[in-house]
Amino acid sequence: MAEKDVIIGLEVHVQLNKLKSKLFCGCSTDYHDSPPNTHTCPVCLGLPGTLPVLNKRAVEYAIRVALALNCEIQGETLFYRKNYYYPDLPKAFQITQYDFPIGLGGKILIKGEDGEEKTIRITRVHMEEDPGRLVHAGTIDRAKYSMVDYNRCGMSLLEVVTEPDMRSPKEARSFLDKLRNILEYLDVFDGDLEGAMRIDSNISLVGGERVEVKNISSHKGVEKALAYEITRQRSARRRGVAQVQETRHYDELRSITVTIRTKEEAHDYRYFPEPDLVPMRIADWVPRVEAELPELPDAKRERFVSEYGIADDHAKSLTSEIRVANFYEDVAKRVSPRLAAVWIADVLKGELNYRDVSIDRFSPDHLVEILDLLEKGKITEKGAVEVIRTILDTGGDPAKVVAAKGLAKAEDDAVMDAVRSAVAECAQAVADYRSGNEKAINFIVGMVMKKTRGRADPGEANRLVKEVLDET
Amino acid sequence: MLRELKEELAAGASAEEKVSALFSKIKKSKLNAYNNLSEDSAFKRAREFDSAPWSGLLAGVPIAIKSCISTRGIETNCSSRILEGYIPPYDAHVIERLKEEGAIIIGKTNMDEFAMGTSTESSYFGPTRNPWDLDRVPGGSSGGSAAAVAAGEAPCALGSDTGGSIRCPASFCGIVGLKPTYGLVSRYGLVSYANSLEQIGPLTLSVEDAALVMEVIAGHDKRDSTSIKSDVAYLSGLDGGVEGLVCGVPKEYFGEGVDPEVEKAVWDAISKLEVLGASWKEVSLPHTKYALAAYYIIAMSEASSNLARFDGLRYGLRLGADQDWHTTFSEIRAVGFGPEVKRRILLGTYALSAGYYGRYYLKALKVRTLIKQDFERALSTGGAGVLVTPTMPFPAFKIGERIEDPLSLYMADVFTVPINLAGVPAISMPCGFAGGLPIGLQIIGRHFDEKTVFRAAKAFEDATPYHETVPKEVA
Repeated sequence: MAEKDVIIGLEVHVQLNKLKSKLFCGCSTDYHDSPPNTHTCPVCLGLPGTLPVLNKRAVEYAIRVALALNCEIQGETLFYRKNYYYPDLPKAFQITQYDFPIGLGGKILIKGEDGEEKTIRITRVHMEEDPGRLVHAGTIDRAKYSMVDYNRCGMSLLEVVTEPDMRSPKEARSFLDKLRNILEYLDVFDGDLEGAMRIDSNISLVGGERVEVKNISSHKGVEKALAYEITRQRSARRRGVAQVQETRHYDELRSITVTIRTKEEAHDYRYFPEPDLVPMRIADWVPRVEAELPELPDAKRERFVSEYGIADDHAKSLTSEIRVANFYEDVAKRVSPRLAAVWIADVLKGELNYRDVSIDRFSPDHLVEILDLLEKGKITEKGAVEVIRTILDTGGDPAKVVAAKGLAKAEDDAVMDAVRSAVAECAQAVADYRSGNEKAINFIVGMVMKKTRGRADPGEANRLVKEVLDET
Repeated sequence: MLRELKEELAAGASAEEKVSALFSKIKKSKLNAYNNLSEDSAFKRAREFDSAPWSGLLAGVPIAIKSCISTRGIETNCSSRILEGYIPPYDAHVIERLKEEGAIIIGKTNMDEFAMGTSTESSYFGPTRNPWDLDRVPGGSSGGSAAAVAAGEAPCALGSDTGGSIRCPASFCGIVGLKPTYGLVSRYGLVSYANSLEQIGPLTLSVEDAALVMEVIAGHDKRDSTSIKSDVAYLSGLDGGVEGLVCGVPKEYFGEGVDPEVEKAVWDAISKLEVLGASWKEVSLPHTKYALAAYYIIAMSEASSNLARFDGLRYGLRLGADQDWHTTFSEIRAVGFGPEVKRRILLGTYALSAGYYGRYYLKALKVRTLIKQDFERALSTGGAGVLVTPTMPFPAFKIGERIEDPLSLYMADVFTVPINLAGVPAISMPCGFAGGLPIGLQIIGRHFDEKTVFRAAKAFEDATPYHETVPKEVA
């Protein structure tokens, strides 16, 4: 539902979780399976007297992302303090960027509501540190107490801010999917890790005040929250209630949004330049980072079409995830690229989605083997699908699955035997065929399939039946 | 002096006995120079030294540390109730360096709460007294460190200087104190008051001692992004004299508001330097009159942000039963901070608020640039090699005399704060007495040119008796 009166802009917090250490200290970023507060040090706990030291690699990653989002990189960039009290923020200020962010004025292409490509403008990309994580005993509004885990505190975040260019929840989702896709291509981000991406959405109806729905971590959640907001704001408008500028929280369980604070309660963050860090002159870094930038989704898609001669839809499907694209290229080098495209985009991805597993669960070598058997006529298409499913569900390798399940296409002699005996047994059908009823042959082919327990190729069986009928 | 102490220790004197003598003196003292002593670790280390002496620039030398410098395992409370009982799990860079060079930490010294003050009266643990006159303040904020060194309760000490906090108490207590060039000493582990202004530095009985301690604590540390690599061989060339050195005398640092006896002592010092081969010329630092305003805006703004972390949640003060987070931390802060700290947090918060930031903080930064340029011009090549001024406009005042009038206390920093705004190094050393109270001479140098400052100070010290005079109260 593309709706002219809906205005959506996003602020996306991306954790650069492929970095080895945190943004301002040496603590490891590999905390996801660790007990709370075990990946901390005096610096990320903000103990008195500690100072931040900037992780150079994080700046490189940030430049990489900003370039991929077509931003202009600022030659000199610096950090500010954003002051506010919250228990997940041990210094009571967040080191972030304000004036002079690392990247300004970018854009990316998404598939718009009408199916056409649409440009979403990026206002800015800036770096900041992640606060810790609060774990509430119960729900946020009714918890008797909360616990703090500082493992996450000090992780490198990028905030990507868009212009209000989206017109529907679906476009917002499409933007998020595309952003994630790009980030994974850049090898700076693993979207599967908890808390990897958190989204604040700004949504308003034309003429109405802006509502910010904060801190949703799933793309689907954003889509649902925005859809809820549109309905809520419309219905308020119908009842003559004016929307005020406010911040709302999305309750994932109830699929509704609830108000947190209105504009009057807005914070004054008292931004000022972080005196413990010096300004960064990064202009000299940009050419090198740019040179090392990997091929991005749109470019890869175009190359797949021209290099492998595959359909654009297939190329798009194959490049929507870097792991799938790499898988495809691996397979396409060894079997027919077109065949590989069809089988990965149309069959394998479907089977993976159905099981909600990633492509890492399937070996490219196995797919090559399966497609090879198929091309050589050793198995049928139906058999190939069966092999893929069996490997996904119970493991094994193609040769063994084919043998164990008896999926090998019947040997030609055996088929020919079946054809001859079928022709001998189906006298009525043979007579009908001879008297000009060509369809009667299907009955005989059916008999052949029955005799071979489906291992014969139907087309091949058809040809052989005709051959036998014509020679007698 | 440290050289003699080191020689004694090297010749077999017992570090344990030295440390023990210090502790008994401290315990009998009326000065209140220390917040807490580290007797166990100091004795342990002294005994280890006695049984197997190690080498190092400060091998076996006891040292006192200002309470705002983080020491692993030793309470570091910044003389604030809100940090009472806080024992850090890590050492500041300077503490690591002291330990590497063999020093023995004997305790943490009293100070103005979070270094906010000029008299050490704002300490939660009560004021430190001036060893020259127990009714007077030792200066601040490193008053405990200065009083301890002046009274022989520590052979040397570390302080920190944000707007004069080493030089003022050095001046009031008649000892040597250096505020190094910004960036020369790592601030890693210094509990921040105003990050862009402060440095850790030595408080000692002699210029040579200050140079020795600086050799230990100065130098690059990758944990402080504002620290810079520099040649730190301060002891070599220390006796080079002042022949040919041009001393700039800034006209704005004399006249109205300056005690005539202070002014006279400083002019005598300038004459002495002249006799020793230096020359002097009048210079102008025209933006001096804006320095105090700019300093207090910058310092309070940064402080309001730095001190926001003290909420009692992870360490420090906790009051009775917890309520909701907001109430709990508000009450802890209401009770945990003293009035001067609250005043500076409030003023700093105001100065950074939307709508005021440009009018106050940004403007103060512009003034700071102008003041820095004043110093660069006066100390440019071909100009003066050092500047010579009074450290404080008057000698130590009485306890209680100014504490109720914050503005008059702020005004006392008029000759020290411009140095922090400019980031240049400055030493304070004794240059006379007024009514039995020490007078401090301030020698200011070019960025990272501590060597010339030390050389001039040493020449003056060698030619004068002031550093040898010991306060009567403790003699």
